[in-house]
Amino acid sequence: MLYREAGDFKSSYAEDSQTFPIRLDRRAYVALVAVALVVVPFVVNDYWVNAVLLPLLIYAIAALGLNILTGYCGQVSLGTGGFMAVGAYGCYKLMTAFPDINIAVLVILSGLITAAVGMLFGLPSLRIKGFYLAVATLAAQFFLVWLFNRVPWFYNYSASGQISAPERTLMGFRITGPETQAWATYLFTLAFVFASAWICRNLTRGAIGRRWMAIRDMDIAAEIIGVDPLRAKLSAFGVSSFFIGVSGALFFAVYLGAVEVGEAFGIDKSFLVLFMVIIGGLGSILGSFLGAAFMVLLPVLLKNLLVGGLGWPTDLAAHLELMIVGGLIVFFLIVEPHGLAQLWRITKEKLRIWPFPH
Amino acid sequence: MPDQLLFATEVVLNGFMAGVLYALVALGFVLIFKASGIFNYAQGVMALFAALTLVGIMDGQVPFAPLINAVFGTNIHGFGWTVPALAAILITMVVMVIFAIVVNWLVLRHLVNQDPIILFMATIGLAYFLEGLGDMMWGSEIKTLDVGLPQGLNSWIDEATFNIFGYGFYIDNLDISAAIIAAILVTGLVAFSQYTKQGRALRAVADDHQAALSVGISLNFIWVLTWSIAGFVALVAGVMWGAKSGVQFSLSLIALKALPVLMLGGFTSIPGAIVGGLIIGVGEKLFEFLVGPLVGGATENWFAYVLALIFLVFRPQGLFGEKIIERV
Repeated sequence: MLYREAGDFKSSYAEDSQTFPIRLDRRAYVALVAVALVVVPFVVNDYWVNAVLLPLLIYAIAALGLNILTGYCGQVSLGTGGFMAVGAYGCYKLMTAFPDINIAVLVILSGLITAAVGMLFGLPSLRIKGFYLAVATLAAQFFLVWLFNRVPWFYNYSASGQISAPERTLMGFRITGPETQAWATYLFTLAFVFASAWICRNLTRGAIGRRWMAIRDMDIAAEIIGVDPLRAKLSAFGVSSFFIGVSGALFFAVYLGAVEVGEAFGIDKSFLVLFMVIIGGLGSILGSFLGAAFMVLLPVLLKNLLVGGLGWPTDLAAHLELMIVGGLIVFFLIVEPHGLAQLWRITKEKLRIWPFPH
Repeated sequence: MPDQLLFATEVVLNGFMAGVLYALVALGFVLIFKASGIFNYAQGVMALFAALTLVGIMDGQVPFAPLINAVFGTNIHGFGWTVPALAAILITMVVMVIFAIVVNWLVLRHLVNQDPIILFMATIGLAYFLEGLGDMMWGSEIKTLDVGLPQGLNSWIDEATFNIFGYGFYIDNLDISAAIIAAILVTGLVAFSQYTKQGRALRAVADDHQAALSVGISLNFIWVLTWSIAGFVALVAGVMWGAKSGVQFSLSLIALKALPVLMLGGFTSIPGAIVGGLIIGVGEKLFEFLVGPLVGGATENWFAYVLALIFLVFRPQGLFGEKIIERV
């Protein structure tokens, strides 16, 4: 009875096309942002930030990026891990080459580098479609990981072949490096997540987003009505790779601090982010967040339950976790192929007419 | 002949043998894709699972032993017997058929008429599940698999080539037997699909689902049949790879290697899978031999994909694939 658009009068076009047209949604969103900004930084500890919040937020950016490419533009990509590696190594090279520049600027710059690389690997999408393209993006994944492994310039000739983030501060607070304050890294990442979601939302409902969706729904028909497939597909690859690169840079610099490319950005990452997008919901901003939350929280929960609660050996718990994740993916696809976001949409519809469904 | 050329020939021959194994995995993909339009990512994990099951049965391991031990606090490991290879292979085949039936019953039946990408994702979920299941049933440590295939240097070829060229080629007996078995398998599959009733039904379904349904072919049965055959191919591939490099997780990654093979050959063509496998096998070995030392080695990781990518830009449907005709 509370969840109604009735009585919530819109008197301008801007109000009419806002993201949350229902008052309760709007308030819930404001409340959520307020809690995330004002309350969470004061109550979090290291465990919560490092085990839950940072991976959730960083994967949410990656999922947003992939959702633009796969969900909005319909180009399936399995190169996410490789593009995240580009962001991470770009950030590392920039951090070590320009120690004085603001870390936030460097993260954005590494996103731009990734966008360029992504557009390069997006070029074949003009000829190749569907599964063939998905496999073609594997070329990006394996080639990039190999490149960062084999060319010593990328890891500054370090003996271990790893890259580790030097200490950088923002407004006097340590963001990267060995000793960071949990709340500072959290807020830094949150700012990027907020900006990414805002940009994605506004891109996808504007002209460029409509072009992407036209290409997704049927590329030949889109071409006939005047959508340039070259520009639409390449812009999708560019924007998508930008966000994936930003998430890769954050993943390396803020979250892990030191990475080995094959381990951190392997093919598993590509599949993980793709799962987030599919389980969350293709073509939905909210879905990217829900998917990321699901895939990050489920293993943490299972691990706490099985290893902490029942005292099982860790390897056994890991196997069961694989089974449960796999089973849940199949289950979700059977029950709701359009993901958690679609479930939420259905719930909202039900809520609006509740308690008189006719 | 100059040395360099001799080495290159040896590399090509070895690549040829590796290509046979790629083709074997790719074959399983093509079978399922043709019959049900499903791109079965789980094919590699099926090979791993089949190999794990085979080793487990041969060694007389108790399935789910770690789980039972963790839950009930017992300490059991094996039945204390070993099973001969042939019997174990038969039992594993039964397991794969049961797996096919269960997958069809629990998963595929519910996903009829969904987008191909949804089905693809479902098989990835299936791959995760199966990987966890295999590890849970039989443990995740690296196992050696020995079903009595000859291994090591083939001394006859070594001697013969030494007498002719003055340089003995190193070719593994295992690779030779793999090539022979693959040839038998492909011949058998072709004969099956050409000359038996079920085979004809299989081809009918591959051609047109609806028309096949309307003449009274049971789709459910055909799908179980294809998944069983794919399981059988996975078993053969698993035995070959398992004997070569041990039964371990990396076995499931050969599925990823099979993808460029498929792209080269075309998703719908059995000869394409074989030719594609050979091209990739020879190509990556030769590339590693000629260019690898210049760029730091390990080019085998990406060569196949880049080759397939470049190839597809010029011929999007692959070598033998059906021409893609698009209509609005």
